[in-house]
Amino acid sequence: MDIDFIANILFATIRMGTPLLIVAIGELVCEKSGVLNLGQEGMMLMGAVTGFMIAFHTDSLFIGFMGSVVAGALMALLFAVVTMHFYANQVATGLALTILGVGLSGFMGRSYVGEALTNIDFQIPLLSSIPFFGKVLFSHDVLVYISIGLAGAVYWFFKSTRAGLVVKAVGESPESAQSLGLSVLKVRYLAIVFGGAMAGLAGGYLSLIDTPLWAENMTAGRGWIALALVVFASWRVERVVFGAYLFGFMSIMHLVLQSFGLSVSSNLLATLPYVATVVVLVLLSRNQQRIKLFAPMSLGKSFHGAH
Amino acid sequence: MRIKLEARGQQSKLMSYASPILAALLTLICGAFLFWMLGKSPMQALHTFLIMPISDPYRIAELLVKAGPIVLCAMGLSICFRANIWNIGAEGQLLMGGLVGSCAALALLDSQGIWVLPLILVAGILGGMAWAAIPAFLKNYFNTNEILSTIMLNYISLNILLHGVHGPLKDPNGFNFPESALFSDWQTMPILLEGTRLHLGVSFALLAMVGVWVLMSKTFIGFQIKVLGGDERSAHFAGFKHKRLVWFCLLLCGGLAGLAGVGEVTGPIGQLVPNISPGYGYAAIIVAFLGRLHPLGILFAGLLMALLYMGGEMVQIHLDLPLAVTGVFQGMLLLFLLICDVLIGYRIIVHKSAPKIVKQSLSIEPPAVAIEGK
Amino acid sequence: MFAIRKYCLFKVLIVGLLSLGFSTIALAKNHDPLKVAFVYVGPTGDAGWTYAHDEARKYMVEQLGEKVKTTYVENVAEGADAERVITELARAGNKLIFTTSFGYMNPTLKVAKKFPDVKFEHASGYKRSKNVGTYFDRVYQGRYLTGMVAGLMTKSNLLGYVGSFPIPEVIRGINAFTLGARAVNPKAEVKVVWVSSWYDPGKESEAANTMINMGVDVVTQHTDSPGPINAAEKKGVYAVGYHSDMAVYGPKAHLTATEHNWGPLYTAKAQAVLDGTWKSEDVWGGLSDNALDLAPYNKAVPKHVRAIVDQSKSLIAEGKLHPFVGPIKDQSGEIKVPKGQRMSDSEMLGMKWYVEGVQGKLPK
Repeated sequence: MDIDFIANILFATIRMGTPLLIVAIGELVCEKSGVLNLGQEGMMLMGAVTGFMIAFHTDSLFIGFMGSVVAGALMALLFAVVTMHFYANQVATGLALTILGVGLSGFMGRSYVGEALTNIDFQIPLLSSIPFFGKVLFSHDVLVYISIGLAGAVYWFFKSTRAGLVVKAVGESPESAQSLGLSVLKVRYLAIVFGGAMAGLAGGYLSLIDTPLWAENMTAGRGWIALALVVFASWRVERVVFGAYLFGFMSIMHLVLQSFGLSVSSNLLATLPYVATVVVLVLLSRNQQRIKLFAPMSLGKSFHGAH
Repeated sequence: MRIKLEARGQQSKLMSYASPILAALLTLICGAFLFWMLGKSPMQALHTFLIMPISDPYRIAELLVKAGPIVLCAMGLSICFRANIWNIGAEGQLLMGGLVGSCAALALLDSQGIWVLPLILVAGILGGMAWAAIPAFLKNYFNTNEILSTIMLNYISLNILLHGVHGPLKDPNGFNFPESALFSDWQTMPILLEGTRLHLGVSFALLAMVGVWVLMSKTFIGFQIKVLGGDERSAHFAGFKHKRLVWFCLLLCGGLAGLAGVGEVTGPIGQLVPNISPGYGYAAIIVAFLGRLHPLGILFAGLLMALLYMGGEMVQIHLDLPLAVTGVFQGMLLLFLLICDVLIGYRIIVHKSAPKIVKQSLSIEPPAVAIEGK
Repeated sequence: MFAIRKYCLFKVLIVGLLSLGFSTIALAKNHDPLKVAFVYVGPTGDAGWTYAHDEARKYMVEQLGEKVKTTYVENVAEGADAERVITELARAGNKLIFTTSFGYMNPTLKVAKKFPDVKFEHASGYKRSKNVGTYFDRVYQGRYLTGMVAGLMTKSNLLGYVGSFPIPEVIRGINAFTLGARAVNPKAEVKVVWVSSWYDPGKESEAANTMINMGVDVVTQHTDSPGPINAAEKKGVYAVGYHSDMAVYGPKAHLTATEHNWGPLYTAKAQAVLDGTWKSEDVWGGLSDNALDLAPYNKAVPKHVRAIVDQSKSLIAEGKLHPFVGPIKDQSGEIKVPKGQRMSDSEMLGMKWYVEGVQGKLPK
C-alpha cells in the first residue's frame, strides 16, 4: 500500500466528513442552547437548491453560498418562531420543517434539474504541491478549511467566551438564566438561526462543490447522520470533528474494501459506518457523569418564560 | 398595540378540540391561496386533496390500510416519549419485524393451517422487540444515548433487509430479482371487507390504542412511566426501577413496530420486498406528537397523516400537480396544527401599548401541552 | 365486529360504484383523448431513471398531441402504496398505464385483474397477463458499445463500474461492458464498487473517486445520479454516462453514454391502444428498434475509435453482432457460453455471474 493511496483515502474521508461536520456543528450550538431541531434535512435541501439556483444565474460560487446560508437561516427562523412563540413541540416542528423543506426545495428546483455549473477549482496553489501532506491537507475546496475553522471557533466560543457561557447557561436552565437577566429568547434565536445557516451551508457544499448539480432529495439522509453525530459527540466540539471524520472514513472503507475485492455482501458492508459509530459511542460513553457534564439539561423542552 | 400570550393556568378543554379546527381553517385558506397561485381552482384542489381520499368505501379502506402501520408505530413511540426515551428507531424496528416475519413465512411456505399466520405475526413482533432490545441494552448498561443508537440501527436494519431480499430470501424462481416468493393464503392477513385491501392487521392498530390507553391511565406501570418522563430523579427517589422501565418501553414499542412491519408484508404487500416502508417509522414520530401523545389523538393524527399522503397522490392524478407541491401543503398543515395547539395552554391578550417586561411573570406554571409536562 | 349485513351493504356499494365508474367510461365519446398514466419510482427531478421516463412522456405528448392526455405520480414506493396508486389511476379513466419500476410487477398484475379494459405496461418485469405487457430496453447493447469506447480510450487498462445492487439487470450491464472493452482491448479489466443505493450523488461520486485512486481511468455507472461523471471530471479522467446524455456534468470527461430512448416505444404503445391493436407482449427493444442510443461522442474520442464503435453499432442493429455470443468464460475460466452460441433472453434475464475480466467476486 503506497503512501499516495493512504493520502487518497484520508482525502476522501475529509470530503465525506465535511458536510456532516458543518451541519453537526450548527446543530451542536443549537442544542447547547437547549433546542432540539430535527429539521436538518429540510434546511440542507433548501440551502442546496437556493445555492445552486443563485450560483447558476450569477456564476458566482460565493454568492451561491451566501444564498445557501440565508435559505437555511430562514427555515430555521420559521422553526424558531413556531417553537418559541407558539411553544410548539420541537421534535414535531423539526420533522414538519423537513417535510416542508423537501417539498419546497423540490418545487423550487424543478426547472434546474439537468443543469450543471461550470467547475471552479479551489485548490490552494503552492501548498498543495507538497508531497503527501499537500494532498491530504491542501488540495481541498475552501469549505473544508472553513468547516475546520468553524469547529475551532465554536470550540473556543464555548471554552473561553462569556457568550459561550451564556448559551450553555440557557441550555442548562433557561429559568435561572432568565433570572440572571439573560434573554433566553434572544440567545436561542441566535443559536437556532446559526444552526440553520450551517445546515444551509452544508447543503450548498453538496450542490455547489461535492457534486455540482441539483437533484431532489440529494442530501440522502445526511441530516439524520449529523443529528446522531451531535449525540455521538456528547455535545463536545472536538468529538463532533472526530465523529464526522470517523463516519466519513467508514463510509469510504465500504467502498475501498470492495475495490480490494473483498467478497462480502455490499449491503452488509454498507452498515459499517453505522455499526462503527455505535460501537465507538458505546466505548466512549461508559462514564455517565462525564456525559451529563456536557449534555444540555433543558434539551428539547419548550421554554415558557416571559418575553 | 402588542399581542401577547398569557398562560391559562390549566388546559382549555374547548381549545383542545378547537385548535385542530382552527389549524384546518388556516390551512384551507393558505392552501387555497397556494393552489390559486399555481393556477388551479382552489375549491377543486382542496376537494381533491382532502375529500376525495374519503369519498367512497374503497378509498376509506385504503386510508385505514395506510394509517394502520403509522398508528401502530406511533402508539409505541408515545410510550417511549412519555418516559423521555428518545426512540427514533420505529422505522428500523418495523423493518426488522417485516424481515423476521418474512423469514418465518418463507420457512413455512408449504405449511397450511390456521396457526401459520399467528406464528408469523409472533415472529415479526419478536423481531421488532429484538431490534429495540439493542438500544435498551446499550442505554441501560453502557449509557449509550438512544437517539444515536436508534438512528443508526434504522440504517443497519435497512441494509440487513436489503441483504436478505437480494440474497438468501429472494424467490428461487424469480430470475434473481430482489423479491421473495409470494406468501400463500394461509400466510396473509384475511381481508375484512371484500373488494378492498382492509385486512386484519389494521384492527391491531385499534387494539393497540385501547391497550396503550389502559396501560397509561389504569396501571401502575403507566404511572411510573409518566413519573419517569416528568422527572427522572423523583422516579428514582420513589424507588422505580429505571432500567426495567427502559426495557419495558423500548420492547413494547419494538413489538408494536414489528407488528406493523409484519402486518405490511403479510397484508397489502404479500411478499418481502426491498421497500416495506416508505418512512412509516419517521412519520409516526410526528404523528405521536401531533396526537399529543394521547392514544385517541394519535389515532386521529395517524388518519390525518394517511389522508395527506393519499391526497398528495390524488392531486397528482387528477390535477397534474407535482408531488413537491403536496410536500409544501403537508408541511404547512403540520406547522399550523402545532402552532394552534398553543391555544390550549394560553390565551391571546392584546395590549393597547407595549408593556414593560415584568420579571414576576416568570413564575407561571408551564402548561401541560409540552411533552415534559405530561 | 363486522356484521354480515353491514358487510353485504358495503359490497353492494362497492360493486355499484365500480360499475358506475365503468359505465361512465363506456359512455365516453371516441374522440376524447386517450388517457395515459405513468407511475414513477423517484421524483421526476432525480436527473436519472425517472427523469428519462418523464422526458419520454413529454416526447409522446409532442408526437401524439391532442390524441393523448398524460398523468404521472412521482415517488411511489414499491410497497403497499403502489397498488393503490395504480388502482386510482385506472379509476381516473386512464386506459394505458406504464408502471416504470421492477417493484410494481405484482401490484400491476393485481390491479390489472380488476380493470380488464385498461392496458398496463410494466418495465423490466417478467410476468404478463392478458392486459399486462412488459417492456425494457436492451441496455446491454449500449453497455457493450460504451465498453468498446472505454477499452480503446483507457491507458491503464483498468475500468471502473459504480453499481447499485447486484441484480441481474446490473450484472448484465457489467458483463456487457467488460466484453465490449475486451473485444477491442484484451488487457482491459473492470473493477466494480457497489454503493448499495440507487441514488446518492455524494456516495456515487466517492465510489468513482475510490476506483480512480486505484488506477481506473474510465468510470461508468449503473446508478441514477451524475455523481460519477462529476468525479471523473474533477480528477481529469474519462467517464461513460447512463440513462441520458450527461455531458453537461463533465464536458471533458464524458465520452458518451448509454441513453434510454423510451419515447418511441411509449408513442407506439399509445398509438396501438388508439388503433385498437394493442396486445400483451414482451418488448425488449434494442438498437434496431431505436429503444436506446449512444449519446454524442466527446471530441476527445478519436476518429478511428468512433469508426470501430459505429461499425459495431450498426452490426448489432442489423442483428449480425450479439454482445453475449460464445465463447464466454466466467471468472474461473469455465466456458459458460460455447463458441458461436448466443445467450437466450431468459438466460440473460437472470444473469448472476461475472464474465472473465471483471475483478473481484460477486457478492452473494
